[in-house]
This record gives sequence, structure tokens and C-alpha cells, in this order.
Amino acid sequence: MSNTASAALARHGTSYARFLWKAVRDATDGSAWFYAWMILLTSLALVGLHAWAVQVRDGLVVTGMSDHVSWGLYIANFTFMVGLAAGGVMMVIPAYLYHDHEMHDLTIVGELLAVAAIVMSLCFVVVDMGRPERFWHLIPGIGRFNWPFSMLTWDVIVLNGYLALNLHICGYLLYMRFLGRKPSPRWYLPFVYLSIFWAISIHTVTAFLYSGLGGRPLWNTALLAPRFLVTAFIAGPALIVVLLFVLRRLGGVPIGPKPVQVLVNIVRVTLLINLLMVASELFTELYSGGSHTASGHYLFFGLDGAHALVPWIWSAVGMGVVSALMFLRPGVVARPVWLTVACALAFAGIWIEKGMGLIVPAFIPSTLHEIVEYSPSLVEWQIMAGIWAFGLLVLTVALKIALPILRQPHGEETAATSDCVVTEQPKARATHA
Amino acid sequence: MIETPAQNPEPANEGGMTRRTALKALGATLGAAAFAQAIAPLTEWTDNLTIDEYLQKHYKEMSPVDMAMVIARLQTETKEETGVDVHIGDYRPQPGVKFGYALNLSVCVGCRRCAKACHIENNHDRPSGNSYIRVLEMQKGSLDLAKGRVNYDHAVPDKEKFYMPVQCQQCDKPPCVSVCPVEATWKEKDGIVVVDYNWCIGCRYCEAACPYHARRFNWTKPQVPAAEINPDQGYLSNRLRPQGVMEKCTFCLHRSRQGKLPACLEACPTGARVFGNLLDPESEIRWVLQNKRVFVLKEDVGTQPSFFYFFDE
Repeated sequence: MSNTASAALARHGTSYARFLWKAVRDATDGSAWFYAWMILLTSLALVGLHAWAVQVRDGLVVTGMSDHVSWGLYIANFTFMVGLAAGGVMMVIPAYLYHDHEMHDLTIVGELLAVAAIVMSLCFVVVDMGRPERFWHLIPGIGRFNWPFSMLTWDVIVLNGYLALNLHICGYLLYMRFLGRKPSPRWYLPFVYLSIFWAISIHTVTAFLYSGLGGRPLWNTALLAPRFLVTAFIAGPALIVVLLFVLRRLGGVPIGPKPVQVLVNIVRVTLLINLLMVASELFTELYSGGSHTASGHYLFFGLDGAHALVPWIWSAVGMGVVSALMFLRPGVVARPVWLTVACALAFAGIWIEKGMGLIVPAFIPSTLHEIVEYSPSLVEWQIMAGIWAFGLLVLTVALKIALPILRQPHGEETAATSDCVVTEQPKARATHA
Repeated sequence: MIETPAQNPEPANEGGMTRRTALKALGATLGAAAFAQAIAPLTEWTDNLTIDEYLQKHYKEMSPVDMAMVIARLQTETKEETGVDVHIGDYRPQPGVKFGYALNLSVCVGCRRCAKACHIENNHDRPSGNSYIRVLEMQKGSLDLAKGRVNYDHAVPDKEKFYMPVQCQQCDKPPCVSVCPVEATWKEKDGIVVVDYNWCIGCRYCEAACPYHARRFNWTKPQVPAAEINPDQGYLSNRLRPQGVMEKCTFCLHRSRQGKLPACLEACPTGARVFGNLLDPESEIRWVLQNKRVFVLKEDVGTQPSFFYFFDE
């Protein structure tokens, strides 16, 4: 018995190596456009890397941050990215909870997006650290992990756990597809259900990071976690809709209209819920008044002649309202170009609202009510662009690996594999052979 | 049937294959060169990073021998960098002592000498003029911080105003301590909240959590001219700080734990400041707490400060 088991293990050893080799080959081979895209992203990522190296050498003095506004663009993006990662799981819920089989293939796209977003969020935390080389102080066992008291330690756990979960689910499903075998539910279904709860936990914990601080009235609201979840379920699905259009254009998996319709329905509802939440926050701030509402006043109207964030937040509100109206019109939603515009508006609006519109104003005025404004420095923009480029690089590679495998027929025996080897290469070369 | 798809990737077109491989190799080489160029500033920075510093243990995990070695290393490094002989002491809390501070707002004239004394005593960064104390010029009849101003620039005192210096309140329930992910900051037995500068990762969560704007971050390596360096230093207080870590007021523990008074108190020309042991019934601070109507700043946030304010009748 142990013989057969070890034989099976050995077989998996070689076939898994073949799977990885194919992944490397797929990820590094493509058309001229593919190379151009990868070179562009790599260059941007290197610009960001260089800016970060300068920042580590010279200190965070090269950013626009100060003792008054001690978190800025990096933490803003971190917060947004955690949301995007949680939003990726919106694909999973209808597919598995409602047994919607048409969504199954696309859940892998959503989970790969979640992986890329988590990688980006972790990058944004690292670049925000004054002493990144001391990250080992955070590792339980050899460092001193202030769990359960510090919400940041909870975040470290849930983010890394979510990354591992999604890597496992995607990796397993793709490997089984590669082998041409039907995935065994035992090896992925429990993880899928776990990832649904886990997705909610990553964004709830990230909201608690802020809402637990009594000294920052703008964040100190119970609405923060629900708001984070709702905005996550705008940004994630909106990006996936656009991603599906792009993939269809590039000749990826054939996508029926139904999954897009499911996502559109989700975004339509969450956009409206978010507008309701923003309105109720605004009402509470404006109607009650008092000095603990100063940050809200600063954000929306400016305070004592300082109003750097006013254009940001009103453009975010504008984008939210316009995209909500667009999503309510069937004529708009039916046309890919307009739907893409609506999704882009919703996505950009949430990026501002959760980033520059939420992280920065909590520091203005300061806890002693000094008004010191913040605007990101060139180094911060470069590092941000670099991390976004790196995240897109991760996503591109992941999709490049996943799509040929997804194009293989479902759960049949290995007979089909030789066929798909040919189709995965550019057609011209196959006919040469 | 082809058994293993990966083993037969390119059936024909040998020339195209080699050209493609050559291009890939060229691309990879260029990429690696660009990568090395991009991270070059990191190597300049790591020149100052020693293995001993990198592997140094948390303050609470160091034995007396470890501590002696670390202090010797820090003193040598300071000597090499600045040419100044400094003495760094690892001053521990004294038994039966819990420090408290009180400030008489009727007497304070807003001269900011306390802030200046802090700046010098604690080896603060000179270009930024950093200090652990901010003095607010407040409107009479109001304790609303929103009506206070820090950047007043006229002869003091203005008769229409009163002045309120704010520094670390050494809270009994310090939010900065609970949020720290790596326990780099903690409250000592004598009530002082300290930072291990060699353990802090610089995430600045504590700075976001503090309701009193009491924490400072070293945005760059602090610059202090050699001639102005205060050589009497504490490991947990005023020694020269590294770049990228948090720092804060420690009630000058290198002084107070040796029976001296904090620098801000000694500099005060009006006697507005009262410092002492809250556990000693005979201390002046206890007299103030018992005989004056004291209050704490932002009592509503539940931090339970050890720093008290009062007005004379």
C-alpha cells in the first residue's frame, strides 16, 4: 500500500514539475505586444524600486509626510488594495454558494486578482516602514508579535492567510486542469468556503485598524468596516468586468454574458449602498458639529483656508454618483464601452474615497488641532506607480499561465492534452509543424 | 499521442528558436543590470548597518552582558561618527516610584523655554527644530484645542490668552503601546512609556494612535553638530536616534531616574512645572493633586494620563 502511495507521489513529483515548467514557459512567451507590455511594466516597477531604494537610504523625509500627517499615499493604497483583494472573492460567492457553474472558471480570475492585490497591499506596507529590514521582528517565535493586542498583528495574519488560501485554491484547480483530471472537492471546496469568510475578515480587520483609534474621530466610527466591505465589493467586481472584456479582446476564455451580468448586478447595488453610507456620514458630521467633526469639515469644505482635499473628495463623490446612474440604465450596461467607462469611474472614485479621502483627513487637523496639509511627493508617486506595475505584472503572468489551462476541456481523461498543447502556441507555428 | 506536452515544446523552426532564446537572454541580462542599478542606493545605506545591530535582541530579552556590549558598540559608533565621547546608561525604574507631572496654567507665560531645553537635552534634530513639547496659545475661557495656536510669534504673555504646553502624558492606558505590532514601545514600572529604538520597525501606527501628538518619527538621520551633543545619555531616552524609528518624551529618564528633574522643568522661569513621585505622600506633586483642582487633557478618550493641569484660584 505504501508502495502505491509513494509511486503516486513520485508521479505527482514529475507531473508537478512539468506543470511548473509549462507555467514558466507560458509566462515568458508571447506576441510582440505581450513583450512590449511586460517591458513597460518592468520598467515602471524598476523606477519604483529605485525610488524606494533612495527612500530607504535617505529616510522617509523624501515623502510628503510629517509628524502631523504621518500616513499618506502608501497606506491609502494599502487600504484600497486590501479591499480589491476582498472584492475578488465576489466571483466565488455566486459560483459556489449558489452552484452557478458558469461562474466557476471565472472564480480563478477573481482569485488571481486577489493574489495580485494582496501582494500589492503587502508591498505598500513594506514601503511605508521606516526600517523595512527589521521585518523579522514581526515573525512570531523569533520576533515579538504583539498579538492579540495590536490590530496590525491581526492584519498580518489574515492577509498572509488569505494569500496562502488563494494560492492553494488557484494552484490546485489549475494543476488538476493541467492533468486533465476532475478536481477532488475535498481538496478545494472547504478552502473555497473558508476564503469567503476570510475575504470578509481581511477587510473588517483592516477597518478595525483605524476605527479602534479613539484619538482620530474621523475613523472612530462603527460604520467604517461595513463601508470598507461595500466599497470592496464595488472596486473588485468593477475591475473584473473590465478585465473580462480585455481578456475577451485578447482571445482568452470564451465568456458568456451571464457572469458579467452577475457582476454588474453586484456593483449596481453596492454603489447605491455606498452612496447612502457616505451621505449618512456626512449628515452626522455636519448636523452635530463640534471640534471632533473638524476632519470631516476639512475633507469636504476645507478648514481655516486649508482645502487641499476638497477637489479630491468631490470628484470621488461625483464619480460615485455618475457611475451609479450609469449602472441603473440598462442601455449603458448592455454596451461594453459604456460599461467599461462606468466601471472605471466607480473604481477611481473608490480609490480616492478610501485612500486620500479617508486616510489623510484623519490627520488634519492634528490631535492638537494644528492644520498641516499633505500632498504626496514625486518619490511617493513613483513608488506607487512601481507597485501598481508590479501588481499588474503578477496578474499578467498569473493569467498568462492560467488561461491556456482554462481553455482545456473540463474533467476528461488525458486524451485531450496533446490537442491543447498545439492550441496554446501561436497558430502560425503549429501549422509550420 | 504526446505523453508529456512540456518535453516537446518547439517541434520545428530551429532558427527562430535560437533567435528567440538569444533575445530572451539579452532581455534578462539587461533586466538584471537595470535591477542592480535601481537598488544601488540600498547598498550605500547598508554600509552603515552592522550584523550586530541587525540581530540585536529586544530590550527586555537582553542580559546585562548583552546590554553592556550593545552600549559599548553604540558609544564606539558615536565616537567614530562624531568624535564625541558619550556615556550611555541603561537607567532602570526605581522601586516605589511612579512619576507624575503637573503644570500650572495660571503661571505659564508661553515662553517656550521648556521646548527649547527639551530640544537641547534630548539631542533633537537641529534643522527641524524638533522638541517633545508643543506650547499652545489658548483663548481665555475655553479649553477647546481648536481655538489654540502653536505658531504664535509675538511678545509673551498676551494678556488675552493663556498658554498650555503639551508633551507625552505617560498614560496609564497608552493607546500607542497596545497598537505597536512588535512591542517596541511599552510602559515601565515607574509609569514612563519608552521606545526601543533598535527594535522599532517604523510603521508609525503609534503616532496615529496617540491623541496628544506626543510621538515623533525620525524622518531622516537626526543632525546634531558635534559640539552641541549632550554626552549624558540614556539607552531608552536621549541617545542619538537612528533614522526611521519613533521617539518620544521620557520625562528625561536619564535624569529623573537618577534623582534629577526633567530638563523642561529646570528651564521653566515661572515655576509652572511640578514633577515628582506620585507614590510619595510628602512629594510636591501629591500636594498639588490634593490641594488644586487638577484636570487631564482629553479625559474622554480614556487614556488616564499621569500629566495634570491646573489653574490657581
